[in-house]
Amino acid sequence: MFRLINDTLTSQVVTLWKVFAHAFVKADTVEYPDQQPYMFPRWRGRIILSRDPDGEERCVACNLCAVACPVDCIALQKTEDEEGRWYPEFFRINFSRCIMCGFCEEACPTNAIQLTPDFEMAEYVRQDMVWEKEDLLINGTGKYHDYNFYRVAGKKIGGKDKGEGLNEAKPVDVRSLMP
Amino acid sequence: MAFEIGSGITIAAILGVVIVVAAMLIWVERRLLSLWQERLGPNRVGWFGLLQVVADMIKIFTKEDWIPPFADRFTFVLAPAIIMTVILLSFGVIPFAPNIGVIDSNLGVLFVLAMASLGAYSVMLAGLASDNKYALLGALRAAAQMISYEVFMGISLLGVVALAGSFNLREIVLSQAEGWYVIPQFIGFIIFLIAGIAESHRLPFDIPEAEQEICAGYHTEYSGMKFGMFFVGEYLGLVLISSLITVLFFGGWMGAAFLPPIVWFSIKAGGFIAFFILLRAAIPRPRYDQLMTYGWLFLLPVSLLNLLITGAIILSVQ
Repeated sequence: MFRLINDTLTSQVVTLWKVFAHAFVKADTVEYPDQQPYMFPRWRGRIILSRDPDGEERCVACNLCAVACPVDCIALQKTEDEEGRWYPEFFRINFSRCIMCGFCEEACPTNAIQLTPDFEMAEYVRQDMVWEKEDLLINGTGKYHDYNFYRVAGKKIGGKDKGEGLNEAKPVDVRSLMP
Repeated sequence: MAFEIGSGITIAAILGVVIVVAAMLIWVERRLLSLWQERLGPNRVGWFGLLQVVADMIKIFTKEDWIPPFADRFTFVLAPAIIMTVILLSFGVIPFAPNIGVIDSNLGVLFVLAMASLGAYSVMLAGLASDNKYALLGALRAAAQMISYEVFMGISLLGVVALAGSFNLREIVLSQAEGWYVIPQFIGFIIFLIAGIAESHRLPFDIPEAEQEICAGYHTEYSGMKFGMFFVGEYLGLVLISSLITVLFFGGWMGAAFLPPIVWFSIKAGGFIAFFILLRAAIPRPRYDQLMTYGWLFLLPVSLLNLLITGAIILSVQ
């Protein structure tokens, strides 16, 4: 009899009381659009293409990001201006496939492609998830403020000859190396 | 505005308030459940989400109202009408306040019990007419549940009827002037509470619906406003059972004089509505054979014993 009362009554009353006590616990809900979460600076969110301190595109269209991308969401085509600078003719990221893994950022030799803490990228039309170069390029340097690839690299472009880069030795004239 | 029993304005007011309250319970239940589950619940539409009901109603009215081609059309349409009708009819005998009520029937308690029994037809007919295996299972369970709770539901009330000496709900309220029947009839109250949950098909006894087991049970095939009628009918049943408990065991409109009687009635009935929602939040659903065993082998003997002892005490006092 005691067992029956315990099973049918006491345990139910205890359950009811414990659930009722939850009324005095603060709700876990985060009211998202009103209450924005803190985004960490290294958060891997929306991908951007940055510019160097002189305002030129950093991307040299080397295709390493497209190769590194595990879901093949990056497409680009290399072209070259009259000064000899390489840049992408088009640069296209399909964000409906992107998994925000950040491999492209790790692969990039010029710090051009970077991931930002922005995650609000929902669209009503699927085609709007495909971002072109105009959408990706920002007017800033992103995470690396002083880096300028062409200034440190040995590549010859208009206005900068071989050996004029930062920390770069003058080219060695092999024919003058007489014993 | 002068209310008197049975006048047109009173009937219209009761009908309107009861239906609006039942619809608002959709919001109340969601908010209370989320309170106990440490969530916030619907709080976007209108002030504290109060207009959520309006949004739900617009949605449910504009939904496609589809009748499956294999269903028995007449019964299929009839079933949701039955549950709304019988529960709204039951409100006719409830005395809300000294001057608010529809009729003073000398058979009030019996009328409510009869209507509750008819309500079970709604569920069974819906399940049969749908011609769907889940709906049929729900209907079978509803039948099994009905025969097990209806018996002790009636017997648990007989103690109150014996103490009051009347089947008239208004006289039952008036006879509680010295003390509420919840004290002498505590066992009867507990049994009626359990039977009431089963009667209104609420968790933990929503065995005929049982979303997790048989999708939605008897209303699996229902859509649009026909589903809405089952939905609001369930909340109407909740309001009805809470009102009945208030009337039979907690002195109806009686209370300290600083509040009008109808407010006391609303406070008591609202408390029971909140308690039913707490039951839903806390207690898991038994199997239907467990409910039947519990009903026939435990609650029925206890309610009979309760009636016997009550009768013996009344006779010995006289």
